[in-house]
Parts: sequence; C-alpha cells; structure tokens
Amino acid sequence: MTLAELRVGQKAVVDKLEGDSAIIQRLMEMGLLEGQIVELLGVAPLGDPLEIRLGSYRLSLRKSEAARILVTPLRD
Amino acid sequence: MQNSTVKTGSPAASTETTVALVGNPNTGKTTLFNALSGLRQHVGNYPGVTVERKVGRFKWRGASFQIIDLPGTYSLAPRSPDEMVAVDVLLGLQPGERRPDVILSIVDASNLERNLYLTTQLMDLGIPVVLALNMTDLAEAQGRLYDAAKLQERLGIPVVPLQAHRGIGLDDLRKALAHGVASPKAQVRFPDIYEQEARYLADFLQENLKDPHGHNLLDQHSAWFLALRLLSDQNGYVERDLTKRLGAELTSRVREARERLNTAGCPVAATEAAVRYAWIRERLRDTFTEVPRPSRDWTDFLDRILTHRVWGMVIFLALMFLVFQAIFTGAQPLMEGILAAQAYVADLVRNSLSPGPLRGLIVDGIIEGVGSVLVFLPQIVILFGFIAILEDCGYMARAAYLMDKIMARCGLSGKSFIPLLSCFACAIPGIMATRVIEDRRDRLATILVAPLMSCSARLPVYVLMTAAFIPTNTWLGPWLPGLVLFCMYLIGLIVAPLIAWILKRTLLRGETPIFLMELPAYKWPSPGMVLYRMYDRGKAFVVRAGTIILATMIVVWALLYFPVEGTDDTGNPVNFDLRMADLEAAQEQVQSELVSLHEAGDQTPELEAKTTRLEQNLEALREEAAHIQGIWKRNSILGRMGRAVEPVVVPLGWDWRIAMAVLASFPAREVVVGTLGVIYDAGSEVDEYSPSLHSQLQAARWGPDSPRAGQPVFTVATALSLMVFFALCCQCASTLAVIRRETNSWLWPLFTFTYMTGLAYVGALIVYQTATSLGG
Repeated sequence: MTLAELRVGQKAVVDKLEGDSAIIQRLMEMGLLEGQIVELLGVAPLGDPLEIRLGSYRLSLRKSEAARILVTPLRD
Repeated sequence: MQNSTVKTGSPAASTETTVALVGNPNTGKTTLFNALSGLRQHVGNYPGVTVERKVGRFKWRGASFQIIDLPGTYSLAPRSPDEMVAVDVLLGLQPGERRPDVILSIVDASNLERNLYLTTQLMDLGIPVVLALNMTDLAEAQGRLYDAAKLQERLGIPVVPLQAHRGIGLDDLRKALAHGVASPKAQVRFPDIYEQEARYLADFLQENLKDPHGHNLLDQHSAWFLALRLLSDQNGYVERDLTKRLGAELTSRVREARERLNTAGCPVAATEAAVRYAWIRERLRDTFTEVPRPSRDWTDFLDRILTHRVWGMVIFLALMFLVFQAIFTGAQPLMEGILAAQAYVADLVRNSLSPGPLRGLIVDGIIEGVGSVLVFLPQIVILFGFIAILEDCGYMARAAYLMDKIMARCGLSGKSFIPLLSCFACAIPGIMATRVIEDRRDRLATILVAPLMSCSARLPVYVLMTAAFIPTNTWLGPWLPGLVLFCMYLIGLIVAPLIAWILKRTLLRGETPIFLMELPAYKWPSPGMVLYRMYDRGKAFVVRAGTIILATMIVVWALLYFPVEGTDDTGNPVNFDLRMADLEAAQEQVQSELVSLHEAGDQTPELEAKTTRLEQNLEALREEAAHIQGIWKRNSILGRMGRAVEPVVVPLGWDWRIAMAVLASFPAREVVVGTLGVIYDAGSEVDEYSPSLHSQLQAARWGPDSPRAGQPVFTVATALSLMVFFALCCQCASTLAVIRRETNSWLWPLFTFTYMTGLAYVGALIVYQTATSLGG
C-alpha cells in the first residue's frame, strides 16, 4: 500500500521509494527514509495535496508523489 | 559554475572575515542576518541568475566581518543555475566573490535531525563551520533539551545555542566567529566502494579543471565535494555544468561509476541520504534530555481548523479578501497624498521657473516620473506587511497547501496563488512576491502572467469607457455596465492561467517540480521582521526599478513636448508652451478677480453681471487653453507616431487620436484618461467621471480622409475593443522594470511586453470585428 492510500490519522512505516532517482533523492533529503514512521495528518480541502507528519515536522506533498512511497500501516 | 580563478582575497580584504550564512527555510536565518548586520546591508543580484545577493557587515571587538546571506535550502544538491550559486560561493568559484572563511550553519533545534542534513554537507567543504542552534526555546517546548557542549563534541564543530528573535546568544555567536575556528573534526563516511569511486572522480576533476594559467581550480576538499555531488545527483546541475567544461569523458566516467555502484548494491539515489541520516542519528544519541512535554501541540489544533474542508476555505477566503481590500483601498489615501505632494512640488517649480523645455522636463518629466514611482510604494509596503505576517506565523505554507490543487491545473503550484491575487491590486508587489516560489520555472511563469490580472490602474479606463458608451437602456437595464466591468476582470482570470499552461508546456517546459513543502509550526510573527520586510521591499523597488521608470517617463514627456513650435488655427506661428503659460496666467488673473469680487460681499446687479462676465471669460480661456494644448499634443512626435500607426489600428476601430493616447499610455496605463482629455480638447484636468470628457468623446468624428468621415469614432464596439486592449496589454513601465529586476535579465520584460501587446491587439481585433458584425 502507498502513502496516498492511508486513512487520515493513520501511521505507517516507509518501506520503499519508487520512481525517478532525482525525486527519490529529494524525498529522502527531506527525511522520507526507509523505516521512518509517517502519519497522514490530513488532505487539503480540494482533495490534494496531503499533509503528513515525520517525527517533529510536517510536510505537504501531492498524491502523485505520495503514491511512490510504499508503506506498511501500523496497528493503532 | 562560471568560474575563473579561486579568489584568494587581497591583503586589505583579508583582515575582514567572510562568513557565509546557510540554512533551511524557516530557521530564522533572515532574523539572524538582520540581528548581526543591522541595516548595514547591500542587496544586489548574482550575474546571470535570479538569486538576490545579500551582504551585511559588522564589527565585534575590533574584528570586522562580512556576512553573505545565501538562499534558504534543504540540501546542497543543485538542480538549477540558481541553486548552483550557493555551491559556487561556498567553493570560491563565484566570480568576484571571496571564498568564505567560515560557514555559519543555522539550524532549527526543534527539528534538528533534518536540519543537520545540510550541515553535514557543509562539513565536507573543508571550511570551518559554526553551528547556530536556533529556536532552542521551541525545542524545549516540544520536549527536547540539548546539551550544547556534548553536541559540539559529537559533531566536531563549535555549537552556539541561540534564540535569534530574542537576541539571546548573539554575543556568544560573535565570539565564536571571532575566535577563529578550525575545520570540522569529523565528516560523514560513505561506504568504502562509494568513497573509492568518489576519490577517482575527485582526482580526475582536480587534474582537469584548470584556470587559463594552468593552475588547479580546486583544492582537495572542493574536488571531493564536487565528486560526491557528481555521483549522487542524477540529472543534477553539477553534472550538466561540468560536462560543458570537461566534455563527454566526464559523462561516461560518471555513468560507469554509478553503474558499478548500482551493481555492487549501493544505489546512488538512496545512498547519500541514508548515510547522512544514519550518521546524524548516531551522533545525536544522548546529546539531549527529554523534558515533559507541556500541554498539547498548538499547531495540530490550529491546523485542524485552518486546513479544515469548510472552515479552512472560509478563513482563507476571508483573509485574502482582507489583504486585497487593504491593498486596494487602504493604500488609496496614501497614494492620493503622494500625488498631492507631487502636484504641490510641481506647482512650486512651475511658479519659480520660466516656461520652456527645462521647466517642462523638471515638472512633467522628472517630478511626474518620481511621483509615478513613489505612488506604488503604499501598495508594495502594505502587501509585504501582510505577506511578512503570513509567512512569519506559518500561514503562508497553509495557503499554498489549500490552493495547490487549483494552481496545479495550469502547471503552477499553490505558492503562485497569493502573488497572482495581489496583482489584482497591482502587478508590481505581486511580481515581487513571487520570491516565495522556489522552483525557477514556476516562478518565471507566474511573473510572466502576473501583468494579465486586471490591476487597479485599469479601472479608470474601464469606468470611462463604460460610463460614456455602454447603454443602460437595454433589457439588462442598469446591469449592463456592471456586467461589462465584471467581464473585463474575468478576461485576466481566464487568460492568465491559459498562458501559464502554454508557457509551462513550451518555453518553460521541464519536469513537473516535485511539490514537497514544509508546513512549519505556527508562531507569533515578529514585529521587527515584519517592519524590516516592508522597508526592504519598498527600498528594493524604489532603488532598483525607480531609475528605469523615471527614464521612461522622461522619454514620453519629450515625445509629447517636441516640437514645441507650430501654427495655431489661424496659421500664425506659435510657441505652444509659452502660449499655454500666457493662457494659464490669464486664467489665474481672472480667477483672482473673481475671488476679490466674491469677498466684496454685497450682491448688486452690476457686480453680478461682472461676475457672470468674468466667469464666461474664464470658461473661454479654459476652452482656448484646452484647444491649444490639443493642437500642440496632436502635432507632437507622439501625435505623428499615432497618425503613422493609424492603418494598423483601424481594424480595431480606433482613429489616430486613440492610437496616440494608447501610445502615450504605454509607460503607465492610467495616463490614458488625461491624454484622451488633451487630445479631444477637454483639457488635461479631466478624470474618468468628467461629463465634459464623456461628451467630447461622444462627439468625436472620423476625419475627412477616412472612409468613415463624419461618423462617430466611439461606438460600443470601439469602447469594448479599447477596454479589452487595456485588459490584456502590459502598459506599465514599472511592471516591466520590476520583471527586469526580478528575473535579472532584459529578455523576460521584453518577452512579456511583446506577447501581451500581441495578445491585446488580437483580443481587441476579435472583439471589435465581432461586435460590429453583430451590429454594435
């Protein structure tokens, strides 16, 4: 499952990043590493982009990018 | 890299320590820069790119410092010429710039892990690094208390805890910089095989990159740093740039190295970030104590409301309305004040100089020009006040978050929304506000379509044309003029996204930039920061766009002034300027007689008759002045230009006089009303509501040479075509000057001017031809 498919409020662990290496590099620079715990905080009113929490900070990214991030949801 | 030689610095300059300030966005970098350098700053541009070059100076206990503020960034992996500037400066490859002696790496303590990512890259450069651990108060509020001494020991660089917005820790920081710092004691180690490949590349770079005298351009550390970037950044700018210098051999070496690494199970895309974060986590262990986290997180709470499906949008729209209203109406009294001051000064000069070209130049060229620069200041300052508040408190990122979906449709991102909205008041602050957009192509596209938004200076034209020519007796009744006005605003709203969409698929084509935006924690905006931004932007506009605007105003003045000699209706030679001065003096004479009559009080029949006679006299003088001024301007160089272009504009339904008024309004569209007044003999003092101007325009007829001789010039179709032309045309020297400043190139203002003029012509043509064929 991908980050784009999480429910709001759900937490997950990042398994793998897919796609173009330049984009993978950008995502990783911002802390989206394998093993990192992420939480989907919300979806923008118009349906895109998403707001996620990574450790102590919040990031916004579009669904198209979130769909490259494979995750395993954590049990609540 | 436009590198020539590594700057070693002159002996005189070497007594001054150069400090490069580097950090992520939202770390308080600008606050720190201002706190260190006060207002002793110099702002310029790096050659060839849109990056602003900001340098400040300060002294501390006899030591002098020069501090360079580099653009906020999350990583040193450059993806555009703009991002390359920071790397070039840090490597000492930026022409005319001394290599920094010390790097001041500012980090947000509440988010240390990710902030240190950039710091570890800086530590590879071989220059001393000082870590400014900012926002320690915020970190503590979030539950982490760092032990600075331990952190310093683990990272191998000096660490100074700081609360820049409160001025806490600044002296410790100055002391650390003054003490002289050694190069970092530690460095992130990459896997052996990765380091081996990087070493090969570094050797190759060091051997082959030479200045024209055959000296090596790179020292060992710089070569190592560039080699790492070459390996790690696929499609990165370093590779593109070095390939230009070193040719295909470099490309194949890099490709082979990456292939070897990928087959060895060390993929380049993932290695750097994984290695650096692992190093950081290792080093950060036991450098902090967890403190009990007080209460709940305010940012979570506020975000739930401010990005709510309904309330978030309602609050956003209300806020935007407030901002827009403030620029639109709040600036009004200030702008009127500036114009009144301008008129006062102009009168002062007019009364103390004798008529002639010099007086004309000073009054109608220079004072008018300075006034037209200053008149934009209130809007710029007010908008930047709001933007600074929104940005500083963290809401700006939320606004981009809310609007991203809409803006993505035309290939832009949410960050373009507020700049474009501001353009409805005035394109100048709007274009200056595009600095929030990091992606170069997005920013350029936003700048290029910004002048299409119907700014407040277009309103007088719309009002004049609507009031004089749009009938109110149709089945739509009194609604039609309002509807026409609304359509004019709609034109920009439809055309701008369309052009942006086209630009992003043609001229500014490229990969869709990844939208990865930090949503910073909410905090109270700092008043000092807000005031500074208002001052800074206002100054940048006046100093760096003002000169171009002034020059244009002087040129147009000359085109309308010369030739000053000609013949009047009776064929007598006349100096128009002197004649106008005589007529004005005569008017003043009559006026003062009228005043003294009025003061005399008693209204006897004789006095009343005298008053009436004087008033008629005054009216005749006014009409004559308007008439003479009309002849003068119609015969000016610009008037002749208008006649020359008439064949081009006839298909738009314009005669040469409209053409002339349009030409005169290219530097500033709002002058068209006054110019139409002059050309149609209604005098220059008219405004868009003046009945005299309305009736003159309605009475205007095509000249005897025209196939339409005797027919009215202005029809509904002509009025509509003129309005559409103004809606789409970039008749604003100030906007072009600001585009030139913001893009650091003449190409883009030229492009904007050309495409908008073309668009305006075609738009006006379609509207006129359609309207006439429909029987308008």
